[in-house]
Amino acid sequence: MATSFSATLPLHGSQENRLLLPPIRLAPPPPSFLGSTRSLTVPSSRRLYHAHAARRSPVVGVQEVVKEKKVTNSLLITKEEGLVLYEDMILGRSFEDMCAQMYYRGKMFGFVHLYNGQEAVSTGFIKLLTQSDSVVSTYRDHVHALSKGVSARAVMSELFGKVTGCCRGQGGSMHMFSKEHNMLGGFAFIGEGIPVATGAAFTSKYKREVLKQDCDDVTVAFFGDGTCNNGQFYECLNMAALYKLPIIFVVENNLWAIGMSHLRSTSDPEIWKKGPAFGMPGVHVDGMDVLKVREVAKEAVTRARRGEGPTLVECETYRFRGHSLADPDELRDAAEKAKYAARDPITALKKYLVENKLASEGELKTIEKKIDELVEEAVEFADASPQPGRSQLLENVFADPKGFGIGPDGRYRCEDPKFTEGTAQV
Amino acid sequence: MSAIIHGAGAATALSTFNSKKLVARSRTNLPGRSKRCIVAAGSDDGSKSFGSSSLSLRHSHKLIANNAVATKADTSATTGHELLLFEALQEGLEEEMDRDPHVCVMGEDVGHYGGSYKVTKGLADKFGDLRVLDTPICENAFTGMGIGAAMTDLRPVIEGMNMGFLLLAFNQISNNCGMLHYTSGGQFTIPVVIRGPGGVGRQLGAEHSQRLESYFQSIPGIQMVACSTPYNAKGLMKAAIRSENPVILFEHVLLYNLKEKIPDEEYICNLEEAEMVRPGEHITILTYSRMRYHVMQAAKTLVNKGYDPEVIDIRSLKPFDLYTIGNSVKKTHRVLIVEECMRTGGIGASLTAAINENFHDYLDAPVMCLSSQDVPTPYAGTLEEWTVVQPAQIVTAVEQLCQ
Repeated sequence: MATSFSATLPLHGSQENRLLLPPIRLAPPPPSFLGSTRSLTVPSSRRLYHAHAARRSPVVGVQEVVKEKKVTNSLLITKEEGLVLYEDMILGRSFEDMCAQMYYRGKMFGFVHLYNGQEAVSTGFIKLLTQSDSVVSTYRDHVHALSKGVSARAVMSELFGKVTGCCRGQGGSMHMFSKEHNMLGGFAFIGEGIPVATGAAFTSKYKREVLKQDCDDVTVAFFGDGTCNNGQFYECLNMAALYKLPIIFVVENNLWAIGMSHLRSTSDPEIWKKGPAFGMPGVHVDGMDVLKVREVAKEAVTRARRGEGPTLVECETYRFRGHSLADPDELRDAAEKAKYAARDPITALKKYLVENKLASEGELKTIEKKIDELVEEAVEFADASPQPGRSQLLENVFADPKGFGIGPDGRYRCEDPKFTEGTAQV
Repeated sequence: MSAIIHGAGAATALSTFNSKKLVARSRTNLPGRSKRCIVAAGSDDGSKSFGSSSLSLRHSHKLIANNAVATKADTSATTGHELLLFEALQEGLEEEMDRDPHVCVMGEDVGHYGGSYKVTKGLADKFGDLRVLDTPICENAFTGMGIGAAMTDLRPVIEGMNMGFLLLAFNQISNNCGMLHYTSGGQFTIPVVIRGPGGVGRQLGAEHSQRLESYFQSIPGIQMVACSTPYNAKGLMKAAIRSENPVILFEHVLLYNLKEKIPDEEYICNLEEAEMVRPGEHITILTYSRMRYHVMQAAKTLVNKGYDPEVIDIRSLKPFDLYTIGNSVKKTHRVLIVEECMRTGGIGASLTAAINENFHDYLDAPVMCLSSQDVPTPYAGTLEEWTVVQPAQIVTAVEQLCQ
């Protein structure tokens, strides 16, 4: 496994992907301890590998796609698409920045995990989906919810714990749900959302094959590098490939699981390779480049809609902030952070749009201003919203509140007036 | 000897076992009680005969449920059909699958194998491999898959080949099954049924003899029921599938071959109600699942000794039916709980607390709880027998309480 990094392959890739250290020339035995101070070696030669693995699948290396497009002189996106992508990423970034401010002002509490730096992955995938497609995320879910269409007001209110939040204030930062937009959560434990996503994809297949409905909904499951060492991940890769479910597994590999470097915790850090082991294509893509992500996503989503089964996409990305707002973020190397900050996806897209004359600086500024106002308004709305009353305490525990049982007086407990007041003892 | 017991048992049972009639009457008389149970119309004669005869005959076979007992007294019943408990479960499941195409089954060996206890036999042939899904061995993931499917409009019935295996699915059951309706602010419902055989069998060893009801009972947002007869097995299965709440249906490995005549008409059993097995005056015995039969066997002895125990199968392990239980406590003033669960933190422990809290004034003696020993179930037959409550212990406990 370690020896697949053959140094004999030519190195391609643009300057920005050049590493601080030369690629590891791995001679057996591989080092037993990879300290966090070691940069992840991402020889661009690796991008050719998914072409390797992709021999069994139609997913083509991104670089080839990009090169091809450039040769034929057509751009990857239209102006409208570009503006949509830009607006979505700006929304994600502004919203998360506002969250940090609000947290330090004492408007929200608990564990809040921000998505700064990873916007390309969310925007790249979710902007290709329809409303009836499903998204499943982890605790780092604010931006996934926003990209999927949940309003900034609803997400901010939820974070403030107000009644007008998307989950009535009952879920919080780590549980963003929306039935309307098919955002299936928001999960606090890593890995526990992946089976739920597999189930949503199963329903899609069931609707098509058993209920004979016209259903080509796909599910996208987002999770991190740390999750890829968890059993549920592998169990679901197996079932998804076995049943050919319309699901895309998106690994947001930001190299760190709180303070645990991906290299220190994973025997083979190349996660995309684990796809072919289960019989599905595994793709690695630069997660700091929204256009590259989008190209890979298009292919994966089309595959799934056609009934060809799941895809595993590993996005190399980075979170600019700590794991959560409570994380002092002392372990990560400043040089590593600087390297990725230079690859800010929003700056990159801005540059692309302007250079290719798809949008002017003025238009982009207008978008930024619009989003700023939107986020401000969301905060005002959340501030003005009421907190949940006592009566909400016992609601929604059961879909059918008869589940609280029959009290000593013979009536169902939910018929007790104290129940609706929230003061009943259940 | 067994014939004498049969005779005496049948006599007492016939005279006192108007349970279905009694309960049906009492249900309609209660104000404010929603009638969720559709009890079959002709239940009086049918229930009397199948109840008494099959119970007593089961006792004469020392509760070895491997032998299906033929009930000869069924000639008096004119309607209904006779079947084994696992067939009743299958019937309930099949009827619900016919009724609603969103109902599906997932689990290990439920499809082509027909289920390790044959509960899903024939269903894959009838409904196809996707509706009766053979999963790989990944409890956590396929339980989660069922939950995800339930959130997106399906109604899965997830089978744990043995309830003990669901320990591997604890993450999904506790975090997702129980909580997602709440944390999503009521947006998503999770109408799953998680079912499987549990309990202490015949020398199955420690890991296959677990009673998970005690571990799951604290999870908010789920309901737990335990079936004990073919009648309530079918009824509870149907009710669980129709419920919008996640329901865990506990079956028992040793009860699958119990035979009973059940109504031909459609019926469901209320998920939140307890079942009056034998009305009485002197003492309330609360039990569920397999221990119901140990209790009824002890009841025969007790009746011969002049006691009149009231036996209630609580059926609903979470939440407790405090109305039926409370009425009984108010009548008899003495409570004995007999369960197969572990002593520490078991269903009995919770029930004791609930009774003390709610009915303290009506008790003439402390609530006594007979549970299994706090030991991993041994393999050896003798040791295994001593971990579980036996009828003789029940008789002693009643005599002690009724002094």
